[in-house]
Amino acid sequence: MLLVNTHIMSPNNASDLHQVSDRLAYNAMRNWKERLIEAVLLAAATVSVLTTLGIVYVLVSESISFFASVSIVDFLTDTQWTPLFDDAHFGIMVLISGTLTSSFVALAVAIPMGTIIAIYLSEFADSRVREIAKPILELLGGIPTIVFGYFALLVVTPILQFFIPSLPGFSLLSAGLVMGIMIVPYIASLSEDAMRAVPMSMREGSYAMGATKLYTAIHVVVPAAISGLAASYILGISRAVGETMILAVAAGMQPNLTFNPMEPAATITSFIVQVALGDLPHGSIGYQTIFAAGLTLLMITLVFNILGLWLRAKFRENY
Amino acid sequence: MESPMQIQETPTLKAEARNLNFFYGENKALRNINMPIYDKKVTALIGPSGCGKSTYLRSFNRMHDLYPGNRYEGEIRFFPDNTNLLGADVDPIEVRMRIGMVFQKPNPFPKTIFENVAYGLRVRGETNKRVLEDKVEHALKGAAIWEEVKDRLPEQAPNLSGGQQQRLCIARALATDPELLLFDEPTSALDPIATGAIEELIHELKKRVTILIVTHNMQQAARVSDYTAYMYLGEMIEFGKTDEIFIKPQDKRTEDYITGRMG
Repeated sequence: MLLVNTHIMSPNNASDLHQVSDRLAYNAMRNWKERLIEAVLLAAATVSVLTTLGIVYVLVSESISFFASVSIVDFLTDTQWTPLFDDAHFGIMVLISGTLTSSFVALAVAIPMGTIIAIYLSEFADSRVREIAKPILELLGGIPTIVFGYFALLVVTPILQFFIPSLPGFSLLSAGLVMGIMIVPYIASLSEDAMRAVPMSMREGSYAMGATKLYTAIHVVVPAAISGLAASYILGISRAVGETMILAVAAGMQPNLTFNPMEPAATITSFIVQVALGDLPHGSIGYQTIFAAGLTLLMITLVFNILGLWLRAKFRENY
Repeated sequence: MESPMQIQETPTLKAEARNLNFFYGENKALRNINMPIYDKKVTALIGPSGCGKSTYLRSFNRMHDLYPGNRYEGEIRFFPDNTNLLGADVDPIEVRMRIGMVFQKPNPFPKTIFENVAYGLRVRGETNKRVLEDKVEHALKGAAIWEEVKDRLPEQAPNLSGGQQQRLCIARALATDPELLLFDEPTSALDPIATGAIEELIHELKKRVTILIVTHNMQQAARVSDYTAYMYLGEMIEFGKTDEIFIKPQDKRTEDYITGRMG
């Protein structure tokens, strides 16, 4: 049997040619395995897409029945939000005002603080400090938001009341400040990554012109990393708009059309929590408000995400 | 047949390395370098990769100070004021204000063409718009790129071609009127045509500024420089007029390198 391969293989030999073409034939087993893996990957991707579509479907279909009984003009222009009262009003602006105000307070803390931390870690801190500080900072992002909520209610609010005696026990200010602290690690960490990705040669170019570290950081590194910074801010905005527990615990839940952070107010998310925890019958108008509010929230985050994509495309790094 | 009236040219010193040693941590990268840099001349540093020529170049504007663990020994005297550039009491930022640098890979800032050239002026606190415009135009003309970009000044600099970017970086360095200009393999990322333009520019520039250039390309050293130094393993093997170094090198190692037997 060993004698079969004793002669030298040559394509001129008919039987060898046959062997060569055998080797070039489709390897059915390998092909099948490739296809299987492809199918698994596709399935994994499909799950997340289908989930998103499912969420959108539920929100839209329930909202359609909601808008069958409430006009969209009332929804957008009414200045009261009392869906559970006999004299029901459905003015979503009341909840949007709370969401925007608390988000504004949070971002007024998180964007400057996160950016400054990122500049420090990326440009000034030596590697030992960075290796210790960054994981600790990221740990802050892992604290459950309910803990932040009670921290706002039981620690930050009393401290604020010391300086502002008129501040009520629940306020958008207190919740927003703590929410800002919660968002800082996201912005700092992503911004730092973006700034560290700026090539050293660009910094050297600036130092060689006689610029200081701070001047270089502000005038070269930050502009070079701007799309990454913008992406981190957009993520921060999305976190702020969607944050629930801190606001539910520390901002009070009474609907209140106000842009004054010193007042308590409900946000879209805290309203949803409040209603979802109650015992409203399925299909009732009160129950459907959750979905209308959820759809509004989705729209707001969608706008910011599209803005983020647009910013990324506009200021893509070209180094 | 030299005429008796011809005066032997004795160039003025612009800088001089004296017993210069440099350490990356424990690793000694430059060994006892002594070398003059003559005023308004082009001095080329040649040698195989890792011989320390870039390390030496980057000592002049104290770029090594940016990274921890680096240490200089010895002096680089800078004239006419006879300052030791490496002195402990000398601020590296002040050194970099007087000595410009052009890097291996063009590194324009993510700003407009105008702002790139105005960068050094703004660092020095210049805010007068007319002064900035004048100096930017002057620098762009000096870097032979004015005609190409004069109508595109508000455009983003990274959109320029590689050769244009490098000339923009030269303009950026020229805008602040440096006394010494350091070139760290300025053409290694460029095509032959862009390289030719830069070499021509270096020829023009030596009328106004002293130039020290690191190059891997020996033809380039021969073409652009007045003086050449050959470095090997952190040592200065030979220094002299470029034609002398290339025609009759004194040291066997220099000869091996420039004839292509080594490196």
